[in-house]
Amino acid sequence: MTEIFSQLFTIIGSVLSNLISSNFGFALILIGQGLLMAVFLLLSAYFLIYADRKIWAAVQLRRGPNVVGAFGLLQSGADMLKLVFKEIVVPAGSDKFVFFLAPVVSFVMAILAWAVIPLNDGWQLSNINVAILYVFAISSLEVYGVIMGGWASNSKYPFLGSLRSAAQMISYEVSIGLVIIGVIISTGSMNFGAIVEAQDTNYGIFGWYWLPHFPMLFLFFISALAETNRPPFDLPEAESELVAGFQVEYSSTPFLLFMAGELIAVFLMCALTSLLFFGGWLSPIPALPDGIFWMLLKMGFFFFVFAMIKAITPRYRYDQLMRLGWKVFLPFSLIWVVFVAFLAKFEVFGGFYARYLIGG
Amino acid sequence: MGAEVVAFYLFALSTITGGLFTVLSRNPVHSVLWLILSFLSSAGLFILLGAEFVAMLLIIVYVGAVAVLFLFVVMMLDVDFASLKAEMAQYLPLGLLIVVVLLMELAMGLAVWVPADGAEAVRAAPTPTDLHNTAALGLLLYDQYFLLFQLAGLILLVAMIGAIVLTIRHRKDIKRQDILAQIYRDPDKSMSLKNVKPGQGL
Repeated sequence: MTEIFSQLFTIIGSVLSNLISSNFGFALILIGQGLLMAVFLLLSAYFLIYADRKIWAAVQLRRGPNVVGAFGLLQSGADMLKLVFKEIVVPAGSDKFVFFLAPVVSFVMAILAWAVIPLNDGWQLSNINVAILYVFAISSLEVYGVIMGGWASNSKYPFLGSLRSAAQMISYEVSIGLVIIGVIISTGSMNFGAIVEAQDTNYGIFGWYWLPHFPMLFLFFISALAETNRPPFDLPEAESELVAGFQVEYSSTPFLLFMAGELIAVFLMCALTSLLFFGGWLSPIPALPDGIFWMLLKMGFFFFVFAMIKAITPRYRYDQLMRLGWKVFLPFSLIWVVFVAFLAKFEVFGGFYARYLIGG
Repeated sequence: MGAEVVAFYLFALSTITGGLFTVLSRNPVHSVLWLILSFLSSAGLFILLGAEFVAMLLIIVYVGAVAVLFLFVVMMLDVDFASLKAEMAQYLPLGLLIVVVLLMELAMGLAVWVPADGAEAVRAAPTPTDLHNTAALGLLLYDQYFLLFQLAGLILLVAMIGAIVLTIRHRKDIKRQDILAQIYRDPDKSMSLKNVKPGQGL
């Protein structure tokens, strides 16, 4: 009996190893990894929306969601089911194809950027050389979901919202790009693995990029808020001015896709902040082991900051938002790029700004 | 047929489809969306060639910025399609004439096309094997062709300044807000709190 089983296992083992080495098996593993990442993202979105509401409630001395499930943990699921089973209302005179394309684009782009985000050393779907440019490119595509949604609705408020969003996202992309260039100059590579490795000095938390690129950390974070349309920069969906901006005409699942896409984009920005400035999966104290735990902790912390900012800041005025982007952030980040390039080229402070010299 | 060949034909097909419908589609916004599809597929073609940096730049610059501005402008157009269609018939002969001339020029050019002697060698030159192509591109632009690169940038700068100079007009008769003055305004100087007793005026 045991012989039969052992034979069976060897046969299954050889079949599996053949499968893995074949092209088909490779494709299967790739699909599996992609699904794993998608499941991770959707689960995070589920709990992030709960956390967001709880934090917001706590700041306002309310309880927040606490009825469905223990501590209201099932509230997000109930909301999701509610949205899915609602009727999809398509406005008359809307451009139907673009109308339904917009939320899909918004959601897919938010998920797509995660293909190159590492959660631990080597834990990523695709390890490409231009990873950071890829993320930047995909996040610049996210604006299309909003623009297309606003235009296709054939309604005034959504259209105004999408115009605002287009201008806002382009403006803040510029300064995000320049901040990223500073980090690339310090690292000498655009690969996330290399960027985190370059922050792996023997000084733990003081070796990370937040210290050499200190002012840019705040600039990046504020730009990330504007780029993802989060409060205090949620002008495209400002309810006191535009009802709900580009989302006015959306209901049911398309609305859910918009919301989930936005939340995953916010989570992406948390991941980017921790990778670029806070050493990704490195531990803050050199004695402790590195690992995915640190990465998740840092991402969670930055989401907490996102949620707190949403709770405690009043909304910006639109012209001041534009002024901040073009007249304050852009010149400042441009000067900082020149400054960092100078410090790295002439090796001021040794390898503090030129990590490629000291080999990470 | 390998995966790369399939991917190539997929990207090539969608590039051409995108280009075709950019011209054919009735709605200008749809045209821009097809154009974006075409850009994205060409970026895919660049990746298949191994030029990932150029592909990412194509997406960031053309899709992420230029096409958004296109869309921005086109969405706000209020075009009367009926009158456009009527005019199209009027201009059709002229358009066809231009097409014929262009095709004839292309045919004449291709018929007598002979590559120069050193052309093959020049094309093969800048592909180092021990570098990422981002680094190789950087070395070419910033070391070998530094002056030309800077001059190209200067030309763009001049064009931008020219456009601003031509279109800007300072209106003296309107009130502008001084944002710094607004930000640094002291609440103590511009308002005072009064403790009003209930039932009494000030």
